[in-house]
Amino acid sequence: MQFDSEYYKILVRNMFLTIITVSFVPVFFVSATIFYQFNVSHREKTISHIVEIMQKHKLHIDSFLQQKLADILFLEKSSGITNLLSEPFLRQQLLLLQKIYGPVFVDIGFINTQGVQVAYAGPYALEKASYENTEWFGRAIERPFFISDVFLGLRGMPHFIVTVRETVQGNPWILRATIDFVEFSNMVTQIRVGSTGFAYIVNRDGKFQTKPIFDIQDSIEAVVEEFSRAQILDNGVRILERRTSNGKEVLYAGTWMKNNEWLLIYQQNKSDAFSELYRVQWISIGIFLLGGIAIVTMAWLIAQKMVGRIAIADREKEAMNQQVIETGKLASIGELAAGIAHEINNPVAIMVEEAGWIQDLLEEEDVRNSKNLEEIEQAVRQIRAQGSRCKEITHKLLSFARKTDSRKQPIQLNHLLTDIVGLYEQRSKYSNVKITTDFDPNLPMIEGSVSELQQVVMNLFNNALDAMEKNKGGELTITTRKEDRSVIVDIQDNGSGIPEANLNRIFDPFFTTKPVGKGTGLGLSICYGIVQKMGGDIRVSSKVNEGTTFSLVFPLNEEEIMRDGEPTDS
Amino acid sequence: MSIATILLVDDEVPFVETMTKRLAKRDFQVETAFSGQAALDVLENNRGVEVVILDVKMPGMDGIETLKQIKSKYPLVEVIMLTGHATVESAIDGMKIGAFDYLMKPCDMDQLIAKVMDAAKRKRDHEEKIVQARIQAITTRQA
Repeated sequence: MQFDSEYYKILVRNMFLTIITVSFVPVFFVSATIFYQFNVSHREKTISHIVEIMQKHKLHIDSFLQQKLADILFLEKSSGITNLLSEPFLRQQLLLLQKIYGPVFVDIGFINTQGVQVAYAGPYALEKASYENTEWFGRAIERPFFISDVFLGLRGMPHFIVTVRETVQGNPWILRATIDFVEFSNMVTQIRVGSTGFAYIVNRDGKFQTKPIFDIQDSIEAVVEEFSRAQILDNGVRILERRTSNGKEVLYAGTWMKNNEWLLIYQQNKSDAFSELYRVQWISIGIFLLGGIAIVTMAWLIAQKMVGRIAIADREKEAMNQQVIETGKLASIGELAAGIAHEINNPVAIMVEEAGWIQDLLEEEDVRNSKNLEEIEQAVRQIRAQGSRCKEITHKLLSFARKTDSRKQPIQLNHLLTDIVGLYEQRSKYSNVKITTDFDPNLPMIEGSVSELQQVVMNLFNNALDAMEKNKGGELTITTRKEDRSVIVDIQDNGSGIPEANLNRIFDPFFTTKPVGKGTGLGLSICYGIVQKMGGDIRVSSKVNEGTTFSLVFPLNEEEIMRDGEPTDS
Repeated sequence: MSIATILLVDDEVPFVETMTKRLAKRDFQVETAFSGQAALDVLENNRGVEVVILDVKMPGMDGIETLKQIKSKYPLVEVIMLTGHATVESAIDGMKIGAFDYLMKPCDMDQLIAKVMDAAKRKRDHEEKIVQARIQAITTRQA
């Protein structure tokens, strides 16, 4: 073959790559676009959910603080100084507040300008305690009301206070109430989303105002610091993404409250916040990978199959070319043979005429008496007889080698076979082969090209004779018969036979068992092609050392069948 | 007196010579020509030729062409085509344009003679008819 396997390998590869590219590029772009859009919208949805929670709680906390402040303010405004200085009154008011609001209010105290708690109601012994040097007192004394940060204070417990300023004899005094840290902290810690989402409050210095339920695992100062630069959404919430010290991606959302003193922070691991997104991500990657494997497999299979087909087509084309060459060769050999036959014809004609002339002369009186007259006459007759034989041979050859024409015409197979058998008489004698024929005298005509059919039959004859030459002779039987709607020619030899392994390859182009240079391997393939073209079939049965039978099956045309169908006894 | 006058045309000289001898021995008068052109010349000079035996395959002017010329110039002369097998088709073509018959080379002498006799008879019949027709024409004119 002219096409080496390298050529087909490259063809497979190119086709494979083309299919992959064409399939993957659009899939990739579509997936990427959809994925990106989904990513963005899901992110927005998640963040807006968090923001909503933040705002709600911010309002809640703010109103809580305002309310506590309002309570104390009410207490201050509704009671006179004397009442506020009376501890039993304060105790009574505390009980009242605790009754209404639960254990939110821990204690109440009234503090004079010098920072000394002159009146106190609560569980701790803080009467006459001095707050003069505390940070909160300094700030509280300057404002009409004040809410402090969380601090430990004298009692050594985290808490914060709300204060209201009261003017007593022109000096500022302070009414203060302690808010229970745990109660307040619970308001914030109950903000929970997912498994890692939680909230807490820090002040501007990064000090915790509520107790975070999980470890922050991050520098809270840095977080606060970064918040000041973070992107602000339109509702005042800032969003921040950071990687914690242990490598977790964390989403922070924060909003300032209590006059920008406190920062309510909500934090959640991104893997948790966007868990749905990540799940979708994994699913789509899975689908993409599976699809990819399917595409790659299909591309490979398709490329293989296509190239297989191309290879077969190439082989067929090659065979066809060979067939054309072979046919051309046969045609030119035929013409050559015709030319030679014609050239020989003339000398033979002259010889026969000369012999005839001698015969004529032998009629003359003077030679009639020759004693060898008998012998001469015998010899001349022989010359004439042999001349006629030559004539017969050349005529057979000529009738055979007439221009190969593939026009369809009605063919009487018996005549065609008789002609060919005549041609092979000589060769079969040399090969010590006996040709016997058994023709059905009522064989219907078939449609086909005479020269092509001759080619087929001669090819089969040649093969049969070759097979029998190996066995030093044999018998070639040619049978014609009609069967149903077809005419069958059996060419049966008792030669060497075809091994079973080769039996279904003999019609393949280029398959030959002859030595290199002796056979093209095209003979039977061409026969097969011709018979197929006529709508017929070649069958073969063979046994090694017993012989081979080739059967040519030709379909009868409709007319023949019609004619045959009629009663024939008329 | 010969049975008939024959013109034998073939490029194979030995064939023509032997044929001539054999035909002459059988009381035919035989003229010979070795090419188509020569055949036309002979016909021009010898109006007595009744049958032409013409080989189809000749170098130069071939049998068919020669036949056409003969038939156009001497329509009453009968022509028998002589052919090898490969040119049967052209012999048949020849019969379509007016050849009397064809024979395959090498041919049987008896067969050839039979055909020549037939051809000569036809030619004479034709001539007879023409003479009759002329006589009739003349007599009718006189009447």
